[in-house]
Amino acid sequence: MSAVTAPPAVDLPAEPRVNYLNSTYGLKSWLLTRDHKRIALLYLASVTVFFFLRGLFAVLIRLELLTPAGDLVQSETYNKLFTMHGVVMVFFFLIPAIPAVLGNFLIPMMIGAKDLAFPRLNLLSWYIYVGGGLFTLWSIVHGGVDTGWTFYTPYSTTYSNSHVIVTAVGIFITGFSSILTGLNFIVTIHTMRAPGLTWFRLPLFVWSHYATSLIMVLGTPVIAVTILMVGVERLFHLGIFDPRLGGDPILFQHLFWFYSHPAVYIMVLPAMGVVSELVTTFSRKNIFGYKFVAFSSMAIAVLSFLVWGHHMFVSGQSVYAGLIFSILSFLVAIPSAVKVFNWTATMYKGSISYRTPMLYAFGFIGLFTIGGLTGMFLAAIGLDVHVHDTYFIVAHFHYIMVGGTIMAYMGGIHYWWPKISGKLYPEGWARFSALVIFVGFNLTFFPQFILGYLGMPRRYHAYPEEFQVLNVMSSAGASILGVGYVVPLIYLIWSMRYGKAASANPWGSTGLEWDTPSPPPTENFAVTPVVTGDPYQYSPEEVEVVG
Amino acid sequence: MADTAASAAPTGHAGSRDLQHHFDSLEQQRDASSLGMWVFLVTEILFFGGLFLAYTVYRSRYPVAFAEASRHLDITLGTFNTAVLIISSLTMALAVYSAALGRRKAIILFLLATMALGGTFLGVKAVEYTHKFHDHLVPGAGFRFPGPDARPAEIFFSLYFTMTGLHAAHMIIGIGLLTVLVLQARKGRYGPGYYTPVEVSGLYWHFVDIVWIFLFPLLYLIGRHLH
Repeated sequence: MSAVTAPPAVDLPAEPRVNYLNSTYGLKSWLLTRDHKRIALLYLASVTVFFFLRGLFAVLIRLELLTPAGDLVQSETYNKLFTMHGVVMVFFFLIPAIPAVLGNFLIPMMIGAKDLAFPRLNLLSWYIYVGGGLFTLWSIVHGGVDTGWTFYTPYSTTYSNSHVIVTAVGIFITGFSSILTGLNFIVTIHTMRAPGLTWFRLPLFVWSHYATSLIMVLGTPVIAVTILMVGVERLFHLGIFDPRLGGDPILFQHLFWFYSHPAVYIMVLPAMGVVSELVTTFSRKNIFGYKFVAFSSMAIAVLSFLVWGHHMFVSGQSVYAGLIFSILSFLVAIPSAVKVFNWTATMYKGSISYRTPMLYAFGFIGLFTIGGLTGMFLAAIGLDVHVHDTYFIVAHFHYIMVGGTIMAYMGGIHYWWPKISGKLYPEGWARFSALVIFVGFNLTFFPQFILGYLGMPRRYHAYPEEFQVLNVMSSAGASILGVGYVVPLIYLIWSMRYGKAASANPWGSTGLEWDTPSPPPTENFAVTPVVTGDPYQYSPEEVEVVG
Repeated sequence: MADTAASAAPTGHAGSRDLQHHFDSLEQQRDASSLGMWVFLVTEILFFGGLFLAYTVYRSRYPVAFAEASRHLDITLGTFNTAVLIISSLTMALAVYSAALGRRKAIILFLLATMALGGTFLGVKAVEYTHKFHDHLVPGAGFRFPGPDARPAEIFFSLYFTMTGLHAAHMIIGIGLLTVLVLQARKGRYGPGYYTPVEVSGLYWHFVDIVWIFLFPLLYLIGRHLH
């Protein structure tokens, strides 16, 4: 924001400036910190651990699927591999990744606040996350769980011999970290905005996190109580979901998807917020249709709660319910398309620079569009019945989750890395790995669309021989993708020590977070800034003709 | 607020000591705390909402069995407990009122009364649970229920124990919160300038009471007259 009355950010390389990283030292100063920026880094470290852990499961899955025969692992082991892959990825990476790392770091800075409204709750949420993670790790070490990440009853409550309870407890606990983060964001955005920062001057990153927080706060308690019911049913042999005891297993699916479909938008809405920031900065253009983009986030949040039944088209829900859910699912395409069109319109005639974050933004827009459009296929009941439980579904949600969320997460990490670390990452390596990730991703998952369309079911460790070529392509792509993820890990850690020092605003962005030094001081702003203009001020202002 | 000056609690220093560093003003801090509690209560509604949904589904599927099962609950104790909780909401409200006026002794008195009423509720609940245990109405291997509706009745009691158990857990947390408030109030922490913790704990307490106001008719009252 150009028109703010904050002290000008001047870098003084001669003498080391006190910032949030060097103000205090020692393990205790990190583990007991209440600074949102340090908590964001704690989250960054822990989600990275889980990210590479799930990568390990993915490697084993893709190795098994290299050959048609089930030769590397037993089918029971394979069940556990894809379950743990899903559980770790969904609950311990995708849901917390962007909100808890980038949101935590940036929201107070973007709204000109010193911290989130509840710093202690923020730290507590990290400990809860780690606690839930430890339960899940315990179950992995002791043999894992084999129910699929969906924990469908009555298999999960009655028949499975794996560590369902421990994993469920882990997810139950982690859910509360998500609730606390969402609560903290909502209260912070409502009550802590700097003077002059009206709702329609908020960066779109903040809007999308507000919408995300609403889903976190409204959806997560439902999965918590559902897991609680699964837990008591399994422990005490009750019959809440067990048909032999008069219970209804479909009720579990309703409750599960009432959270777990909106959870998809917990994963992708923050990513959309990141992309809005990247597209404007690197096109040197104001966002096209600010209010449309802002409200499309809210529209997605509202619609997300009305479409869960499209996961249950073949579960025996009534045809009429299926019809309604199908129509409502199609509606989600509208706000999603508004965003894609508006980003495209923002880039139109912009002076685009092909820096690494922008490459990721391009990746996001293209891959999210493919993922979204194939989602439309799946919202159509007739087609969904055909491809249900096939690799088509697997490919579809990986295009959203990996092609969408992780692309944006990587883009965001690169974009704000100078602010977070005070150092520049090596641009050449970063562009290289962005391209590797894009190529590897498509090679991994595009063949899976074809596999699914041809009828290869998901969750099997063996398959007919005619599917081998496409599976080998997919496994080859996965190894390329793996390289693409390891390279940034190396050079980002390298840059923390050896990278060139970053100026306060290396991208020439107009966001408020760039108005403070890199890395920022603990209190973010020496003086609470007063905001007098819009968040995106790249294009020349329209000259008002007076008189 | 007229008798602020007469109150024993020192309030003049509230401004600096109670303001956390990241807020600009006490008013902002109070708004944040209050909104935070309201948002938290929304999550609580949805948390209980899953159980209420399960209750609704099974009640409509097994209306006769649920009515039959609900007749095994003790309506006298249930009514008594409802009255106890309503009175505890009154004492909680009076505690918040006293805090706003800075009447330290009154705050402590009303908080202790609220805790005592909450304890009474839990005690009565424990008696009810014991009766159910003796009557073999606790779901699981030992469950015995006469007639053809044993399975749905077991679901009723599964929901009964889960819902009232979860409610009781919230009561225990509430009593814990009030204990902290009493200790702080003894030190004279609360006065007209700063009583946000009392206020938001009050919101929580009222919410837990309201949950019971829904649980009581759903579990004890509806369908008792059915045959």
